[in-house]
Order: sequence, then structure tokens, then C-alpha cells
Amino acid sequence: MNKVKQKDLILYSGLIILGLAAPYLFSAFKVQLTYLCVLIVLAMTWNLQGGEMGYNTFGNILFYGLGMYLTASVQVGMFFPLAEWTESGGEKTFVHTTAQYFQGIGVGLLISAIVPAIIAGAIGYAILGLRGHYFAICTLGLGIAAGEIAGGIEIIGAGQGFTTPPFPAEIADTEARGKFFYFLSFALLVGTFVFVKYIYGSRFRLILNAIRDNEDKAEAMGIQTMKYKIVGWMCSAFFCGLAGGIMGGLIGYIDSTDVAFDGREMGVFMVLMAILGGKGTLWGPVIGATLFHFFKEGLWTLILGWQYVALGVLIVVIVVYFPEGLMGWLREKYPERFGEVIDEKDRKAQVELK
Amino acid sequence: MDFLIFKAPMLMVQASLDGILLGILFALIAYGMALQWGVMNIINIAQGDLVILGGYIAYTIYLWGIHPAWGVIISPIIMFFVGWGLYKLVINKVVDRDLFISILATFGIAIVFQQLMNFIFGADVVVAQSEYGTTMLFDNSVTLPNSKIFSAFISVLYAVALVIYMKKSRLGRAIRATAQNARAAKILGVDTEKVYAATFGINAALCGIAGALISITLTLHPYVGLPYTVRSFMIVIVAGLGNLPAVAVSGMGLGLFEEFADYILGTEFRIGAVFMLLVFILVYRRFKLSKKREYLK
Repeated sequence: MNKVKQKDLILYSGLIILGLAAPYLFSAFKVQLTYLCVLIVLAMTWNLQGGEMGYNTFGNILFYGLGMYLTASVQVGMFFPLAEWTESGGEKTFVHTTAQYFQGIGVGLLISAIVPAIIAGAIGYAILGLRGHYFAICTLGLGIAAGEIAGGIEIIGAGQGFTTPPFPAEIADTEARGKFFYFLSFALLVGTFVFVKYIYGSRFRLILNAIRDNEDKAEAMGIQTMKYKIVGWMCSAFFCGLAGGIMGGLIGYIDSTDVAFDGREMGVFMVLMAILGGKGTLWGPVIGATLFHFFKEGLWTLILGWQYVALGVLIVVIVVYFPEGLMGWLREKYPERFGEVIDEKDRKAQVELK
Repeated sequence: MDFLIFKAPMLMVQASLDGILLGILFALIAYGMALQWGVMNIINIAQGDLVILGGYIAYTIYLWGIHPAWGVIISPIIMFFVGWGLYKLVINKVVDRDLFISILATFGIAIVFQQLMNFIFGADVVVAQSEYGTTMLFDNSVTLPNSKIFSAFISVLYAVALVIYMKKSRLGRAIRATAQNARAAKILGVDTEKVYAATFGINAALCGIAGALISITLTLHPYVGLPYTVRSFMIVIVAGLGNLPAVAVSGMGLGLFEEFADYILGTEFRIGAVFMLLVFILVYRRFKLSKKREYLK
């Protein structure tokens, strides 16, 4: 047991050192690495829903987009009138000082984490009472409705979009900006991973799994399933909101349907990444997101124009042929590695039955 | 209330007529949705994109100089084979599996369709001119394009024809038998694989008809498929599977809702209102069922 822990320690410290060194080692790819961190966070939080709880949601994009708008709105609204900012297209009339910028983004991120979590809690009772595909379709509707509605609200830029505050002029080199957002997202990634790992070792995960496997039986065993479902969703919303806030600052421009509530891209990506890696495993979403990001960045430029066709085909292939994902496949192949003991006799009997 | 629609009663008549005629069209798409959901137990997110593809087929023949109304005959024939091919390629692998897999797989198909249509037909909003003119009612205060009346008429015609076909023909009976119990149908000699393929083909053909009608009454754009999927999904969950009169009624209800939402909330919130309505309907039904300690299945 001790040996395993030591191995884990080496692995984690190695990964953290790699993460901290990454922007210096691959300094040309800082933005991509930031994306990767955010994608992993989204995949891991989706996995809490879809993988552990069995509630396949398309609605986490709602919290992501909400976080994006909230961070930017707070960052602007703390110092300047928001309506004038969005009307003038942003930075032309008002300029944040360095202190204002960082204060703004700090408070904005805090709010963008808390408010989506509260909203998830508020709508959770109504939405999480739906099951299976009804839940999936309902959350899909929520995400798209949010995008459509945000595109009609004047104060956050409506259809013409919202320019987030530019990085302060005094330290306006792209180096510093890239590093700032990378370390922010890396901190978020580490925080999310620690949190999810903690959940994986807790009773909470067992309850979520019980809900996934058979909700009626879980309820009959005396678990207040609704309470745990809502808490699970709130956890996801918390981290999705933060991820959205960071992403909004990084991209610098928020569009209602193409950037924030981007159900067609980000909303599907997070599902796909979690499934690609393997639902219901700790490392699955991390590996899935990394693979997906490499695939996407590597192929996107090669097949420019055809990327969505490739994405659609990829979705179909992954979903139809690898619904268990990479970790599921590995688990099938090397069950001993996952701590599963297989009774040879039982296996043989099953083969004969087939 | 300070809305224009409550001041001018004629606008109310206009919105109601538009809504009902539009709703009949939605009901036709929803019928296809109910058919495949009931028979094959899959939810097809690509439904709306099949509709748009059918519309582009009608638009193409319009570009060739043929009157786009012929699309309601040509488009379903082509779309039937598209649906058949799609079934053989992808759908047959998701039929017996978890519904979420079919949702996600058809989501992938939807993305592919959108992008291919974007390549082939361009990203412009297009409309096929039917040149049917308009009917003026109530002293010229209500305008009704004849194409909308035509489309409602054709929708009803096809729906009735399909109902009779399902009742009388051999294939129709095989489809209904498979919907009731696929295994028993198989034992009794029904080639369920073929039935599934035909069902999906018929669904696609219905989408083709609806698309051809949309190409002359509304507008086409590669990325507007998803709202049609959601509308048909909504109609089906309100009406229930296999309850055709209810599908027609709730289709018209949805059409009315949309037209009024358009006037009251403004056009920019129209699609948002449709999606919010979906959420509200699901939540309403969930609360209603939870009183009996049940849930939507």
C-alpha cells in the first residue's frame, strides 16, 4: 500500500512540475495549453454528471457561458457603466488600470463560480427530476435557450458580442498575458483534480454511483437521491463557471452563441472528451481531453473547412464503436491493473454460455 | 398591456392563422419523429437537418427551372433513400442501445449534415419562389400567402395517406407489429431489420416533404435544423407516441405559441421561446408525474 502511494506521489509531483514548466518549455503554445487545462476541467466536471451520476447532460455549457458573461460583466461593471461599455464596443472609451483589471477579474471569477452553483441549485430540483434522455434533451434545450436569450439582451452586447477588458496596458506584452491565463487555468485544473479525486475516495461517489445504477433502489435504501443529485450538479456548475470566466478573459470577446453558450462546439466537446477517455473513471476524462485536444489542434489546420465534418464523424465513430472509452477498453483488456479479480472458472462458464 | 398585438385585433387573426398553418407543417415532422421513436426507440437529433436537406433538394430543382412545388414529390423519394442509407450506415448500430447513444450519434450526424449542406448550398438564407400570390382577408388587413395554405393542404394529404398506408398495407402492418413487440414480430417472420430501415426511410421522406414545403413558405439555412428537431420532440412528448390527432393538435398549438411569442417578445427571442417552452413542458410533466411518484419514461 505504501509503495503505491509513493508511486502516486511521484506521478503527481511529476505532473505538477510538468504543468508549471510547460509555459516555459512550450512557450509558443501557451494559449493551447490554457485551452487544454480548461477542456480537462470541463471533461472532468461533465464526468461527475454523465459518468458517475448517470445523468447525461448537455447543459453544463449553460454554466460555462454564464461564468463567461458574469466575469466580464463584473470586471467591467465594477468600475464603468456596463451599458456604455458594450455599446461603444469596449476598450475605446474606458481603460482599466492594472489594479482595476486584476481586482475585477478576481471578483468576477469568484462571482462566476458562486452564481452558477446557486443557479444549478435553484433549477436542480425541477430539472433533475427528469431522467435519462428527457434530462439530456431538457438540458440541451436549456443551453441553447440561454444562448438565444443572451443574444437578445442589450446590456451584455446582444448579437454584436461583448468585448472583455483587454489586458492592462502597462504590462501589455503577450508573454505575461499568456502566462497569467495559463497559470490561472492550471490552478483551476489542479483544484478541480484535487476536488474530484477527493470525491472519488468519498462516500459521495458511491451514492452517485448508486443513483446511476438504479435510482429507485438507491431511494429505497434510504438515500435522499434528489439532494445528492443537486449537490453533484452544483459542484459541476461551480467549476464550469470558473472555466468559462477564464476562457472569456483569454478569448477577449464573447459572442452569445459562438463563444459562450456554444452548445455546438464546447457543449459537445465535453461530452465527447469524457466518453473518449472513459466515463466514470478519474483519469479517463483527463486522457480523453488531452487526446482530443491534440487530435483537434493537429488535424483542424490540415483539414480546414472540413473540421466539422470530421468532428461529426468522430462523434459517431466514438459513440457507436467505443462507448466505453479508452479506460473502459483498457479495463476490459487488463482487468488486474484496475484491481479487479477475475474468477477463471466463472469466465470460462460465461464463454461457454455464449 | 402595451403590446401592439392586443391593440390590433386583426394582428391576432393574422398570428392565429399563420400559427395554425405553420403548426400543421410541424405536426408532419413530429409524425415522423413519433414513428421512429415508437418503432425503433431512437431519438433523432438529425431530424431537423433531414428537413433542411429535403428543403434544399426542392430548392435545387427550383434552381433548375422546375416549379418548387414538384419538390413535394421528388424530395421525399430522394430522402427515402437518404434515410435508408443512413440507417444502414449508422442507425442500425444504435437501435437496441441506450437512448443517449442514439441522441449523441444523431447529434454527430446532424453536425456532418449541417456542414455538408453549408459546403454544397452555401451559408446564405435562401427561399424558393412559388409565385402563388397571397390571399387578402378581412378587408385587406390580413395577408395570407397562398403557399402557406398549399403547404398545410399537402401536409394533411400526406399525413392521411400515410395513416391509411400504415393501416392497410403489408409493410404498414409489419411496422406496427414491430413497434408493439419487436421480438414477437421477428418470431412470426417479420424481417425487423428491413422494417427498421423502411421506417427510417419513411421518416426521412416525411422530412423531405416538410422541407420542400418549408422551402416555399419559410426560409432555408444550413444551421436552422435543430429548432425543427426540438419542435417535433416537443410535439411528440405532449401528444404521446402513436396518437395522431393529438400530434396534429399540439402541432397547431405550438405554431400558435410561436407566432404569438414572436409578436409579444420580439423576433429575436422566438427560437429562445421555443427552447424554453420545451424546458417548461418537461418540468411541468415531471412535477405532475412526481405527485404520483412516477417519472417520465
